[in-house]
Amino acid sequence: MTTPDAGGTAAVPPAKATPPPATSGPHRAGPRRSVTGTRKTIAALFLLPALVLLGALVLYPIGYSVGRSFFDTAGEFTGFDNYETMFSDDGIRTAIKNNAIWLVAAPALTTALGLIFAVLTERVRWSTAFKLIIFMPMVISMLAAGIIFRLVYESDPDRGVANAMLVGVHDTFAESSAFPQGHPGARSPLKGAGGGAFITKDPVRAGEPVALPLTGVPPDQMPGDATSAKPAAADPGKVTGTAWQDFTRGKGRGKLNAPDTAEFGYPGIKIEAVKGGDVVASTEAAADGTFSLPKEADGAQLRYPASNFREPYNGVDWLGPSLITPAIIGSYIWMWAGFAMVLIAAGLASVPRELLEAARVDGANEWQVFRRVTVPLLAPVLAVVVVTLMINVMKIFDLVFVIPPGSSKDEANVLAVQLYNSAFGDRDAGVASAIAVFLFLLVIPVMLFNMRRMRREGRR
Amino acid sequence: MSTQSETVKASPVRVVKAKQSLGGRIAAVVSGSALRVFLVVVGLFWLVPTLGLMIGSLRTSEDMSESGWWKVFSKPSQLTFENYSNLLKDETITDSILTSLAITVPATLLVVVIGSLAGYAFAWMEFPGRDWWFLGVVGLLVVPVQVALLPVAKLFGEIGIFESTTGVVLFHTAFGLPFAIFLLRNFFADIPRELLEAARLDGAGELRLFLRVVMPLGAPAIASLGIFQFLWVWNDMLIALIFADAGSPPITVALQQQVRFFGDNVQILAPGAFISMVIPLAVFFAFQRQFVSGVMAGAVK
Repeated sequence: MTTPDAGGTAAVPPAKATPPPATSGPHRAGPRRSVTGTRKTIAALFLLPALVLLGALVLYPIGYSVGRSFFDTAGEFTGFDNYETMFSDDGIRTAIKNNAIWLVAAPALTTALGLIFAVLTERVRWSTAFKLIIFMPMVISMLAAGIIFRLVYESDPDRGVANAMLVGVHDTFAESSAFPQGHPGARSPLKGAGGGAFITKDPVRAGEPVALPLTGVPPDQMPGDATSAKPAAADPGKVTGTAWQDFTRGKGRGKLNAPDTAEFGYPGIKIEAVKGGDVVASTEAAADGTFSLPKEADGAQLRYPASNFREPYNGVDWLGPSLITPAIIGSYIWMWAGFAMVLIAAGLASVPRELLEAARVDGANEWQVFRRVTVPLLAPVLAVVVVTLMINVMKIFDLVFVIPPGSSKDEANVLAVQLYNSAFGDRDAGVASAIAVFLFLLVIPVMLFNMRRMRREGRR
Repeated sequence: MSTQSETVKASPVRVVKAKQSLGGRIAAVVSGSALRVFLVVVGLFWLVPTLGLMIGSLRTSEDMSESGWWKVFSKPSQLTFENYSNLLKDETITDSILTSLAITVPATLLVVVIGSLAGYAFAWMEFPGRDWWFLGVVGLLVVPVQVALLPVAKLFGEIGIFESTTGVVLFHTAFGLPFAIFLLRNFFADIPRELLEAARLDGAGELRLFLRVVMPLGAPAIASLGIFQFLWVWNDMLIALIFADAGSPPITVALQQQVRFFGDNVQILAPGAFISMVIPLAVFFAFQRQFVSGVMAGAVK
């Protein structure tokens, strides 16, 4: 976790959030005078440890980094060369691009989600339990979150829960194909018809049972209700036949292109009769593979449409090079939505009820009240949340260091990781310092904003 | 009119109860239960990743490589503490927990003590440029740790505390201080003057005033600060990765070293990650209120 102390916009004194034993009173108005008439040496003693540590480990390093960024690895002065490297090196440019994506997407999405949660839970009695669940990920380490999401994003839908959910949803709405990898065997009466479909080489005749043998469907993917394939009975008024897996374990066993009892039918496989490019009839096979088509199919060619053989949907390659950054941002949102929600909920609680009700009385609907009254009143809180998250996201390290597998590390690169690699992997102190200075420059506006705000507060 | 009244009633805020029509009440019940269902679904969705890690840590690696953790719902017999008992026999992990404590406890205490001293000085002592100094501290709130990594590594190398627990503790203390001073100074400044003056009249000196009056009254803020700093340091990986002794790393770094072999070692990673989460979660559940008020203090009015 990187708590807000590591980059919070601690712009406002916490006096109201954590009320001291007795607030109010005239002492708050003017500048506080010492009660004891302290000597300066005592003040210095109280401050010394803090100032020494801050000076040596925070202030001095800023100066050192700025200076070091103008020298190369060997210690020669090189002007702005390191900064030029920074903006021309492919790896670092990827990092800058990704940081920009992070900065735009992560704080906005996290805040939006936090706002939705805060508004929805405002009047729900058991919202505490909900808030606790949403907030909980914030207290665990980004490393643990990284490991958690490495498991979530595993690409095999039998192991990674993200893909398991996607496949579940997909298969609910889109029929999955039942016969992946099915194809005609040797000396088959079928030929490829383009796009993964298969069609009989010759037209079929009513009254002459047709054999439509295929092979290649893995045994563990055969439909559970398949039974032994049977030859179809001849019917002069119909085109009949059998669709089945023409394969018996063991070489040379089983007759080619004729159903054996050890072979299984293809229940539910689709069969179309095609005449001159048009589908004139279609049907599905029974559990034993037999099917029958009406007389119109006489003289047509029979076709297995490609939809029978599509590969099953396996979800998305979350950790692959193209999706890795959105995937990591997803894990970040999971961690930080609770932070946004808690702050926004506190802001909501202080929105005056009368204003909302006045708007409703004036005829505004709920959406208008939210859009025109609540959100503008919340704007300061939303701004603080967004800025805090931006500062936090700018130096995102652990998640990006942990989640991507080796093959997509380069595509996931961000500045903080690049800095670590430059400084402690490539041992290029100059470029590392340039990146550090760049990160520092990015926070300066927030720094000044905080200081201005503080001075205003001091003058109250 | 009817749509209007429905939307108003549909909101949880009952504006004018007497006017509620039957239709309005039905709409309220329907949208209320839709909201509930939605929140339950989102809550479950949020729990799933953690649940996956927890259940995964309770299955053997063979089961994990064969099927997803949700299989335990149909086969609860797969659950076993084997991974945990193996892990606790592994000295690198048990030692790393001790190292984590050896870093976190001093870093938290130091920040609280040094931050309180400075916070008190900024709140109640007079010295030239006091407000400017404090403004400087406020400015340091958002300095990214990245700026200091390389220079401090060099500095620590020169004084011989690079790759040592001492170095990690000092780094965390320094970067925890701006927030600590900011939080405590503002809290201390709101202590009623009369209390301090009364103690002063009783003959208390500056140190006594600080220890007997300011610290006890500041307990809520100090608690928030302590919890934050504890969690921050416990959860840190980057600073430990650079400054800790690679031979006896804290738990985050020990686990990070395992991540490289991801896939072959779920039986170590999953329970290890879960153990590393137990302490922050316990702290969080025990001190929820202080934690949340600390979050507020750090960011918002």
